[in-house]
Amino acid sequence: MRVTFTVNGRRQEADDVWEGESLLYVLRERMGLPGSKNACEQGECGSCTVRLDGVPVCSCLVAAGQVEGRDVVTVEGLADFARQRAERGGCAGGVCGTGLDEAKRWAAKPAAEEQAGGQSGGPGELSPIQQAFIDAGAVQCGFCTPGLLVAADELLERNDSPSDADIREALSGNLCRCTGYEKILDAVRLAAARGESRTAGQGA
Amino acid sequence: MAGVTRTPTHLTQGGKTRAGIGESTLRPDGTLKVTGEFAYSSDMWHEDMLWGHTLRSTVAHAEIRSIDTGEALATPGVYAVLTYDDLPTDVKNYGLEIQDTPVLAHGKVRHHGEPVALVAADHPETARRAAAKIKIDYRELPVVTDEASATAEGAPLVHENRTDHHIGHVPHPNIVHRQPIIRGDADEAAKRADVIVSGEYVFGMQDQAFLGPESGLAVPGEDGGVDLYVATQWLHSDLRQIAPVLGLPEEKVRMTLSGVGGAFGGREDLSMQIHACLLALRTGKPVKIVYNRFESFFGHVHRHPARLWYEHGATKDGKLTHMKCRIVLDGGAYASASPAVVGNASSLSVGPYVVEDVDIEALALYSNNPPCGAMRGFGAVQACFAYEAQMDKLAAKLGLDPVAFRQLNAMEQGTLLPTGQPVDSPAPVAELLRRVKAMPLPPEQQWRTAGAGADVRALPGGLSNTTHGEGVVRGIGYAVGIKNVGFSEGFDDYSTARVRMEVIGGEPVATVHTAMAEVGQGGITVHAQIARTELGVQQVTIHPADTQVGSAGSTSASRQTYVTGGAVKHSCEAVREKVLQKGRAKFGTYHPAWATAELLLEGGKVTTDGGEVLADIADVLEDEAIDLELEWRHRPTEAFDLRTGQGNGHVQYSFAAHRAVVEVDTELGLVKVIELACAQDVGKALNPLSVVGQIQGGTTQGLGVAVMEEIIVDPKTAKVRNPSFTDYLIPTILDTPTIPVDVLELADEHAPYGLRGIGEAPTLSSTPAVLAAIRNATGLELNKTPVRPEHLTGT
Repeated sequence: MRVTFTVNGRRQEADDVWEGESLLYVLRERMGLPGSKNACEQGECGSCTVRLDGVPVCSCLVAAGQVEGRDVVTVEGLADFARQRAERGGCAGGVCGTGLDEAKRWAAKPAAEEQAGGQSGGPGELSPIQQAFIDAGAVQCGFCTPGLLVAADELLERNDSPSDADIREALSGNLCRCTGYEKILDAVRLAAARGESRTAGQGA
Repeated sequence: MAGVTRTPTHLTQGGKTRAGIGESTLRPDGTLKVTGEFAYSSDMWHEDMLWGHTLRSTVAHAEIRSIDTGEALATPGVYAVLTYDDLPTDVKNYGLEIQDTPVLAHGKVRHHGEPVALVAADHPETARRAAAKIKIDYRELPVVTDEASATAEGAPLVHENRTDHHIGHVPHPNIVHRQPIIRGDADEAAKRADVIVSGEYVFGMQDQAFLGPESGLAVPGEDGGVDLYVATQWLHSDLRQIAPVLGLPEEKVRMTLSGVGGAFGGREDLSMQIHACLLALRTGKPVKIVYNRFESFFGHVHRHPARLWYEHGATKDGKLTHMKCRIVLDGGAYASASPAVVGNASSLSVGPYVVEDVDIEALALYSNNPPCGAMRGFGAVQACFAYEAQMDKLAAKLGLDPVAFRQLNAMEQGTLLPTGQPVDSPAPVAELLRRVKAMPLPPEQQWRTAGAGADVRALPGGLSNTTHGEGVVRGIGYAVGIKNVGFSEGFDDYSTARVRMEVIGGEPVATVHTAMAEVGQGGITVHAQIARTELGVQQVTIHPADTQVGSAGSTSASRQTYVTGGAVKHSCEAVREKVLQKGRAKFGTYHPAWATAELLLEGGKVTTDGGEVLADIADVLEDEAIDLELEWRHRPTEAFDLRTGQGNGHVQYSFAAHRAVVEVDTELGLVKVIELACAQDVGKALNPLSVVGQIQGGTTQGLGVAVMEEIIVDPKTAKVRNPSFTDYLIPTILDTPTIPVDVLELADEHAPYGLRGIGEAPTLSSTPAVLAAIRNATGLELNKTPVRPEHLTGT
């Protein structure tokens, strides 16, 4: 079958999709977006977390066909997504996806190409939560990181000063085996303290 | 590499600061990892690639009477189906120490999930479905699953006709290796004891549960060789095992490390490496294999489950008199790292204590259980769980404080291990216990909210809302452990580093090329720091790890910062010396300090140790590059005597102590770990942020095995019952407490910069500290990991 949906503000099409394929498989293997990770394929680990119409979901549990016509944000689009949200002053509509008008204006940044060549991008190109994960030492092997970033960004979108208990609850669907979570908590606290997410708290 | 569109990249990191050793510089791969662009082994992609799939045995022990691949091969989209009969050479087994593991099963399977056949197809689901059409006729055989069944008279032999170098000294062919250690006279010393305690302890099978499942891409080369992109812990060890099976010289198997999603010992053994290469060479197409989580539980070895019997005695003033122990590790169907695990379990079985009279025996079984091998802590974990329980029992019996009792018997620098080897670097065991005890305790009843309610998230049972504080009891427990660093028992443990220095754009830059597997631990961060410190450059490029440079040894045994870090330092020093030689030749006549002063490379310049600038490195080098590849090894070790266990087998030790605070819902048997404080000596923290991250991560894996983690193997069928993250639970962020860390830095003068390997020690003492705290809360004896609700409620 053919599946068409919006990914990180761009309309994408995949042909010859087998009905059993998950959103995760289509993103990784058909759309060249391997940032979302496959670590359990049964919704236990959260490594494949993406936003589907603004809602964090395990993309391994979403059939690709269910996404037809809908809006997906992955870790690859997180920096853009956060920037657009900040420019808009939050997501008052309750859904923080990319609107059709914005999607039409969306253009790939040349910086993304440079990064693929191995040069680390400057801090300006990352979302606050991405930068905080680097600064706080929340990344070790990094396999859980994409899912955690999407989940943590969504938490900060609806709660710009979460308590530790709030952070733990929001991230309890994301397994990490390397860090013992302490530095992940640090990273979310850091991103909240830096206040870059302040504009995002009024939705939902 | 033409055509490979997604492969590992060079990581370049400049920096405004010096960012040398001792600073918490950030990971050079950090940006790629947070943007999703970092290429893990499962992200490798090649146009026209096929997907490989492994068919595994559904039974634990059986004769294979026939395999019918016809229907699978006839499936549209399938390019190849391979079985044992398709292996290209006479080398059909592999293994780290003993080559007892078949690439594909032949005539017999010895454990549940053993690879039997391979399929390559154009879609992973096509490969899976085709594999399901392969018909295997098994005749099931009786299984051996523990010491009693494995060594019973007439027990089926897991491996008939053993010829390995351990068979001569083991009491039964179903024992891989046995190591006794006898020192002093334990029976005689026992007569001096005022109290004697003994116990039997059971340690469950733990899984590494790294998040990135086994995966990789094999690309056939035009020269008949193969390029393999894979996640592993030791490229050259893989290469040594892969090439003979393929019938290729090692230089035709070109391995490149791709992104590794954690390891923890589970990637020391081969998984899909040979399989992907076989399929690629057979089909002439690139082949990618990615295990799912279910298969990953069968795709790597686990931590040895163990039964441990301990007896300790002490005088009434609290001095240990003797220790006797017997440690039986279950190695499962194939040897993997079992012999070395036995060496560690036996030689570290006393723990960080002074006991002069000991009688020790450790052994690993062959059984039909899943193969067990390396996991963080490697034999020392199981022993620590038991000896620390014994310490608490002794302290209780003597009426002494458990910390004070441990301090009274704590090892110090100069103490002899049971192997007779003196500990020749700082051993601050008593000090670590003092520090961890001195940390402020978390307040009581933190779960109480302002309005006299309860935040269930902070209580046992959590969001299941099972208690609002009723029946909840707090307990506190302590533990301390000792782990060896580096490969022991006479292993030639070396590493290689290639360092290149040249001028690019007017600036001196360094490139560090090693085969070290970066598995998340931050070794590449440290390599760049070392290069900056030694070469005075700002910009350091980390070349992808591959087999085009010499071996770096394994990312195991807490050894990489020590050994490959040592190799990078060594090569940098040699490069620096070349720079200085050139400088002297070029500019020596302009300033007497070139001949007389101690010279450094600092901030891009050649300076005296007094800070006087003699030249720009760029002017010394001009357009010439200095490029050196050198090996470096730590002090040699020796084998343990097979009869007495005596010998200088280890090179360095790592010590950590934990204090656990738990709250237990005694009615439902639910445990909430409130805090898990750790004090650890790290010698020298090359990157403090990473050091703390390692300690917190290791601590959490110890917490997991204490209260939740166990691979459950059916004792009747030897089949694995919980191969999924639904049924094998690892700690979530809600299960994990705050982990305050106190880092001590007492230099080991034998090691580069005085550093200690740090990754494993926190995994040892975490588990027994949690157990001690639960015992403290409940008064129960609790001799098994993990502690389950029924152990606490008696139901």
